[in-house]
Amino acid sequence: MVAAPADIAPPVPVAERAQRLARWLPAAGAVLVVALYVAFKNTAVLPHDDDASLFHWLNDARDWVDENRNTSPFFLYFVNYVRLGVAELFTLFQTALTALGWPGLIGVAAGLGWLAGGWRIALVSVVGFAGIGALGLWDASVDTLALTLSSVLLSLVIGIPIGILTGRSPRVRRIVSPVLDVMQIMPTFSYLSPIVLLFLIGPASATIATMIYAIPPAIRITALAIQRVPPTAVEASESLGATGGQTLRKVRLPMALNTITLGVNQTIAAALSMVPLVALIAAPGLGVDLIRALARVNVGAALVPGIAIVIIAIVLDRITRSAAVSRARSSAVRWAGFAVAIVAGLALTPVLAPEFPEQWQIQIIRPINDVVGWIEANWYGFTGFLNDTVAYGLLNPLQDVLTSAPWWLITIAVLGFAWRFSGLRAGLVAAGCLVAIAALSLWEHGMETLTIVLVASVITIAVGLALGIAAARSRWFAAVLRPILDAAQTMPSFSYLLPAVALFGNGRFTAIIASLIYAVPVVARLVEDGVRAVPGTVVEAARSAGSTDRQLLWKVQLPMAKSSLLLAANQGIVMTLAMVVIGALVGAGALGYDVVAGIAQQEDYGKGLAAGVALVLLGVMLDRITQGASGRPNSKKKRIA
Amino acid sequence: MKKLRLIAGVLVLGLGAAACGGAKVDDNSSAAPSANASAGAAAAGSAGTVKMAINAWVGYEASAAVVDYLLENELHYKVEKVTLNEEPSWQGMESGDVDVVLENWGHDDLKKKYIEEKGVAVEAGPNGNNGVIGWYVPEWMVQKYPDITDYKNLNKYADLFKTSESDGKGQLLDGDPSFVTNDEALVKNLKLDYKVVYAGSEAALIKAAEQATDQQKPLLMYFYEPQWLFSKLKLVKINLPPYTAGCDADPKKVACDYPAYPLDKIVSKKFADAGGPAYELVKNFKWTNDDQNKVADDITNNGLSDEAAAKKWVEANPTIWQAWIPK
Amino acid sequence: MGTAAIEVRGLWKIFGPKADRIIGSPDAELDSAALRAKTGCTAAVRDVSFEVRPGEVFVVMGLSGSGKSTLVRCLTRLIEPTGGDVAIGGEDVRGMSATQLRELRRHRVSMVFQHFGLLPHRRVLDNVAYGLEIQGVAKAVRHEKARAILSLVGLEGHEDSYPDQLSGGMQQRVGLARALAVDPEVLLFDEPFSALDPLIRRDMQAEVVRLHREVGKTMVFITHDLSEALKLGERIAIMRNGSIVQVGTPEELVGAPADDYVADFVRDVPKSHVLSLRWISRQPDADEPLDGPELPADTVIHDAIPAAMASARPIRVVADGELVGVVDRVDLLGAVRLGEGIGAQAGEALAGTRSSSASASASAPSAEEA
Repeated sequence: MVAAPADIAPPVPVAERAQRLARWLPAAGAVLVVALYVAFKNTAVLPHDDDASLFHWLNDARDWVDENRNTSPFFLYFVNYVRLGVAELFTLFQTALTALGWPGLIGVAAGLGWLAGGWRIALVSVVGFAGIGALGLWDASVDTLALTLSSVLLSLVIGIPIGILTGRSPRVRRIVSPVLDVMQIMPTFSYLSPIVLLFLIGPASATIATMIYAIPPAIRITALAIQRVPPTAVEASESLGATGGQTLRKVRLPMALNTITLGVNQTIAAALSMVPLVALIAAPGLGVDLIRALARVNVGAALVPGIAIVIIAIVLDRITRSAAVSRARSSAVRWAGFAVAIVAGLALTPVLAPEFPEQWQIQIIRPINDVVGWIEANWYGFTGFLNDTVAYGLLNPLQDVLTSAPWWLITIAVLGFAWRFSGLRAGLVAAGCLVAIAALSLWEHGMETLTIVLVASVITIAVGLALGIAAARSRWFAAVLRPILDAAQTMPSFSYLLPAVALFGNGRFTAIIASLIYAVPVVARLVEDGVRAVPGTVVEAARSAGSTDRQLLWKVQLPMAKSSLLLAANQGIVMTLAMVVIGALVGAGALGYDVVAGIAQQEDYGKGLAAGVALVLLGVMLDRITQGASGRPNSKKKRIA
Repeated sequence: MKKLRLIAGVLVLGLGAAACGGAKVDDNSSAAPSANASAGAAAAGSAGTVKMAINAWVGYEASAAVVDYLLENELHYKVEKVTLNEEPSWQGMESGDVDVVLENWGHDDLKKKYIEEKGVAVEAGPNGNNGVIGWYVPEWMVQKYPDITDYKNLNKYADLFKTSESDGKGQLLDGDPSFVTNDEALVKNLKLDYKVVYAGSEAALIKAAEQATDQQKPLLMYFYEPQWLFSKLKLVKINLPPYTAGCDADPKKVACDYPAYPLDKIVSKKFADAGGPAYELVKNFKWTNDDQNKVADDITNNGLSDEAAAKKWVEANPTIWQAWIPK
Repeated sequence: MGTAAIEVRGLWKIFGPKADRIIGSPDAELDSAALRAKTGCTAAVRDVSFEVRPGEVFVVMGLSGSGKSTLVRCLTRLIEPTGGDVAIGGEDVRGMSATQLRELRRHRVSMVFQHFGLLPHRRVLDNVAYGLEIQGVAKAVRHEKARAILSLVGLEGHEDSYPDQLSGGMQQRVGLARALAVDPEVLLFDEPFSALDPLIRRDMQAEVVRLHREVGKTMVFITHDLSEALKLGERIAIMRNGSIVQVGTPEELVGAPADDYVADFVRDVPKSHVLSLRWISRQPDADEPLDGPELPADTVIHDAIPAAMASARPIRVVADGELVGVVDRVDLLGAVRLGEGIGAQAGEALAGTRSSSASASASAPSAEEA
């Protein structure tokens, strides 16, 4: 039996050989790509051309819109009305909030806090809003609040009905889902140009841009909430002869309400993270202070509005979160407290000065800048060394390869890699995106952006992985890390640019550092949650078999947390892209710069618009490549910071 | 269901009725200012609201601070500062978000589009500042390499200006992408072995200049006057092929220096037509580069807020600004 | 259609693509696995016919997947039947417009659900009043009605509680009250007690019996628990793979199972608890004394034991005043042993009798519907 005749053996080894071949295929593919690169280097490259006919065509389109803004029926009867209506909404909020005065607004916030979660939340609201006043940013904060509220209101008015439809109908879900996917991958920068073209600059465009960013969670979570309503409750209602509308109003919506409130919470968070950016298109508010500070490289002045936004975010988050948890049972005490707080605030409004008292304001800009100045003066050698190491060691060589390789080779390599990693469909989509970027005449800039994103992602994921694993393994470390990550996640992405600029000057490395601060919290958290989610019994079993800590980590915890790790990588890359694009404001160049220039300079408009599209394509490509074989859990919140 | 349909019908009818004439883009300027004016009136008994564009360099901010101070304290207007880049500021005149641009650098194309073609903006005269744009190196470089001030010799020194961001070529450091610049075309058309790298802001340029002076690091950068920095350290302008009228007509083919910019003020047509003391003040506003640099210096280096710096200048120079106040 | 409260004729429900083409085609004869393999469709209800008399408690009983829950939903078209006829109170349900159907559900038929289907955001009172609310009944009126019904099901004092503050049994009482509040002609129960603990289940069964006595509604009761079916049902339909295998009184099912499936089903039922003396009475032997105790023919065998213990003479079994036969101690013992099922075959002693009824209900939960 042992010495089986040779001629009987083959059937099994053939299958084995095929398997072995499949195992070697990726390596063979990699070798082939390298060989092709060496052979075809510097052929079929697509150098950047500012004069591409597509850009001119887009400029012409822009000019046409500009000329027909007041004559074309599409604008006269639709676009301009949207703009007017949204502007009115914003003005309404702004006027109302301003009219409340600072005591009135604090009173309203306290009342809402009381209503939603009792005295604790009311106290958080009072302290928070008073803190904003103390930072000396009351007026700008009110504008930001008005912008946030109007865009959140719009997001909900549009998002909740769509969410309900999506939750009810699988057909609608099939259409809406991929659209939301793209909306969430889309770097925020990329849609400023088209919005400005349609709605001009100003609060209306800003509100709409913010809404586009904030609406996906509203839709997704509403849909989820509606889907999760227990079918028996719905059936019971129908069995009693309720109409569809009655069942929706009396059963589905009330039962989904708590989850939908969480959706409101996420929508507000998303809106607040977008609000600073729309200052670029003439929205008033804290973003203006941020951008000004950025222009003056004044770290302290950038940090203060950043803190104000964090405070607004925390107050709104606590109010909506506790509203979602508590059941809305009418209780006389609650409503009385609500009324008392508001009346007290309003009563004080005419009594106290309309401006937040100056003597209550605290000055923190100077001490911060002193610290930054000291670091700048003393760490210059170190920061310069880091900058040059990454630039010469990683960025430049990678960029050389990507820009000197034939475009078809990169496309094929991406196709192969994505196919292997995430399946054929993902591979085709990713390759299609690359071809489209080439078609947009933005290949070279696309590759430059890709270079920065790749390097930044690798660093981000490495750091996030290390922090996440450390936090998962040490309660103590996690307890220290959590609040820091929480704060980092709530800060507007914008404010990360400044410390990075101050330390590293302008350039790609600064964008990398900023995206590192921006994306690491999310990556670390996903990694930590994933490792922690490994069932205790499995860990116990591994320990009882005598595993060392290291073995436990590498052989049990990490493999079992694979889907979380993939998600972390995916999120890390998508967020990095978003930040690298914003990094254009501090000299990171490439596609992000094209977008900024497109907003700022007339003749660059077409290029900027195309660059916006290219960024979306790049985002979709990176997302598809990394969504992994396991598929992506869609419900995870994305880029909500 | 029936009720819903009814409501939808009423809404559509209502919109339709309102939509009879369609909406033009500046329609909101009738609505928005009134709301602002009433809010402002409630706050301070204001004479009206002026929406002033703020462009992202400190010299502009200094001018705006002084005009803002006078509008609020002498004429009792409420000033809304709209922080914008240069081109969007013009667009703001069309959309009703901007009334005043205090420091306009040329922009003949925009003047043609918004003043002549669209008729939404008008010129409001020079502001007295003389603008210069050019390429600069720190003074120590001129002492070490005397012939560097001629653009023809720049290629010889390209290696000096190499950085991690400049792709193996010399680096020409530009500012904010929104600033007036022909530098990419100049580099190309003058066949210079340089790459334009955008620092992103005025402050970044200033910081680079300070480091280049302090640490004797080579630097070639885009810069401009009026700027307070020139009172702190010496920068030397590179001589580009001299400007001749029309040599910059085609932005892609520019191969000559920047022209001298007599900086001027632009206001929205609506603001000009409404007239009033605010418009008069903006029209009369005129001061020197030195005036601007003083205020800008206070804002940037002496830790004064815009308002405090403006107040300091206003108190020190009553004769100058009293001439601007409409009688 | 006569006087039947509910009349079902040739009812089909097939899930899957182009389901309506299957009825009447040869495919309809295929068993489930073959049907799914061939057409991708699943037949949940196959050609079911039965009638429910007014005031009757009609139980549909079957294991999970037998189609009984689908069947009950087809009665008011919560699930749209694929074929066949349903009439309630003589009116054709399948021909009703959406409005008519809603009226039917609002006023004439209501349902109690396995997982209660209560609305957690409403107080108990508003849950019970829900059916009236969607009919447009004024608040004061519906609350008054709901209070009355709550006291009928023994939930006074819990009006202002929220469902999650109540125990499972109490929650199902709310479900029951909600169904009763609209004063329907017909109550449908879809395994209402299978999610409850055994003891509470027994209370609730007693509650249903009591309510039936008091309000006298027609009831259709779905269950997978045979002892529950035997306890509540005046008539029981046994379902298997979507078809009704047998309809009859508990006695008929236990005494005369239509096929092996039913026989297997009822095998563990202690027959002495279900069958009446009629099933074991025999003509008296010539020498037997006929002066023993007299019992009606529909006395359950188990209940005849005390009389047999008290007298050594054979029991005289009487129906309508006439003697239909006699039963002596040996006959009774034999019947009890027969009821032992497996125990009887193994020749075990009488002692198991007491535990056998317990084992019948204890085994039920394992057959719960998925």
